Amino acid sequence: MTEAYLDIRDLSVALQHSGDRLLRRVSLAVRPGEVHALVGESGAGKSMIARAVFGILPKAVTILEGQVTIEGADLNGMSEAARRLFIGKRAAFIPQDPLTALNPSKRIADQISDRLIHILGMPKAKAHERAAALLEEVKIADPERVMRLYPHELSGGMRQRVLIAAAFAGEPRLIVADEPTTALDVTVQRQILALIAGMQARHGTALLFITHNLGVVAKLCQTASVLYAGKVVEQTSVRRLFADPRHAYTRALMAATPRYDRPEESLKPASPELMGELAREVAETDALWAKERAHG
Amino acid sequence: MAEARVIRVKAGPRLWLSGLWLTFFALAAIFAPLIVPHDPLAQDLMLGKLPPAWVAGHEPGYLLGTDSLGRDVLSRLISAARPALFVAIGAGLAACILGSVLGLIAGFFGGWTDRVISRIVDIWMAFPPVLLSILLVAFLNPSLQSVIIAIAIIDWTRFCRVVRAETMQQRRMDYVESARAMGLSSIATLAREVLPNVLPAIIVLLSLEMGIAVIVEAILSYVNLSVSTDQATWGSMIAEGRGIIYQAWWVLVFPMIALFLTVLAFSQFGEGLKERFDPVLR
Ligand SMILES: Nc1ncnc2c1ncn2[C@@H]1O[C@H](COP(=O)(O)OP(=O)(O)OP(=O)(O)O)[C@@H](O)[C@H]1O
Ligand SMILES: [Mg+2]
Repeated sequence: MTEAYLDIRDLSVALQHSGDRLLRRVSLAVRPGEVHALVGESGAGKSMIARAVFGILPKAVTILEGQVTIEGADLNGMSEAARRLFIGKRAAFIPQDPLTALNPSKRIADQISDRLIHILGMPKAKAHERAAALLEEVKIADPERVMRLYPHELSGGMRQRVLIAAAFAGEPRLIVADEPTTALDVTVQRQILALIAGMQARHGTALLFITHNLGVVAKLCQTASVLYAGKVVEQTSVRRLFADPRHAYTRALMAATPRYDRPEESLKPASPELMGELAREVAETDALWAKERAHG
Repeated sequence: MAEARVIRVKAGPRLWLSGLWLTFFALAAIFAPLIVPHDPLAQDLMLGKLPPAWVAGHEPGYLLGTDSLGRDVLSRLISAARPALFVAIGAGLAACILGSVLGLIAGFFGGWTDRVISRIVDIWMAFPPVLLSILLVAFLNPSLQSVIIAIAIIDWTRFCRVVRAETMQQRRMDYVESARAMGLSSIATLAREVLPNVLPAIIVLLSLEMGIAVIVEAILSYVNLSVSTDQATWGSMIAEGRGIIYQAWWVLVFPMIALFLTVLAFSQFGEGLKERFDPVLR
């Protein structure tokens, strides 16, 4: 087993005011060049994990325990400025909403090259060249023209390609992609997935791929974590996940994944027994955790 | 970046006409000492209350007539453009910078910072502005600088409220999160990523504010709380003209027209800019 590139250990975060936990001792590792899926329904805390990796959790949220390490370095042990620089050079983030993920007042060229210039210290001309090459790599026709455009002049799929180009431009060792295809229609979604898979393989980047669509996981990822209510309920290789899902919630998720061959199955609601089971499991986890904390 | 987008869209007649008048106004103000036909302060009681050039009884060389002290109305009108422009720029920029900086901070950082700033704005806006400005200037001693300070102290809230709302809206967009994730500090994110998107709104407000500043200066000089009497202002000309409206209407009417057109032009210029910015930004 190779050393993990990104290693999250026992990460718990909670809302500052109420103390409610949003992440419940999440542990998760992504090895160099590996694609790890983070799957879960809306509100499970997937984006919260991504934000924790980059140290950009909302102010209303605090870290209760746990570490995030990249290349073996504990991010919480660094000063704010040092951490920004450390992460900025090694990891890139593709945010959830492609419509607002690009700055409306910046030309496409600057969206890609700003990171190269300001964070990686690349000279302007070289950054521009690199941006053009990246746009070509994500199969955007006529990159020189597109680089002069503003985001509102591009389609959703084009914007997502630009975001991917921007993420890969600095040759990060890790990319966290937060549901990069959810907002797109099915055909574009497929193209974008193929693009990400190709780019990831060519660049050998470790990828934490966030999604609520298990169909996507099968195509792209080697390992997976299934998240429910901020708790990892199952973590295994993707092959094992599909061959032998251990947790009832995983099986329910699989049943809920849209199937074009059997549409009636996609509509099956989660059973009340399962919901009760999950609620009990979460409550148990919290009780155990509270007891441990009380005893120091 | 904002400029590039302004150039790419055509300017409508609203922008052209108001821009034309404002250019004319600014040029008149800047070159006033060179272009006035007479000394705006020179009195000649023998030439008092001369009517404008197209009314019977006029004298050549006094295009818009003279006031009761025999001073040339046109020269005073042009010379009065100077304090008006000075206040428009000074007070406009001061209110703009103060209000925008606080609005950006409140909208971007949220939390208690936002609560404190928003509360101050609420309290500020509870005072009637004209009364407050009169009190302030009286307290600060009447002068153009006092007028500027008073307007900025009162009107920064206009900028603060709008800029805060716009910033909050931008703050929610994912590009802010991705800028932070790539390692930009909060301040760099605010200045480099968010500010350019809020700038159009600030420019529009600035134009409106300059119009307001011109009016407020006129009101204050009307009640003699602005510059000293050796500088003509539209407000003081209106005050002087009011007393002799039945003998010499022109002393009152021309400064009113100049004031009206300038204020209208500032507000129309702001509205015109807003039309230009909006379809691109939203
Ligand atoms: N800024 C915030 N302040 C407080 N709570 C938040 C904030 N953002 C998210 N939450 C809460 O944290 C929990 C996890 O949110 P998160 O955005 O990580 O979900 P997600 O798994 O990414 O869902 P989705 O698929 O809808 O994006 C949710 O219950 C949400 O209400
Ligand atoms: Mg999310």
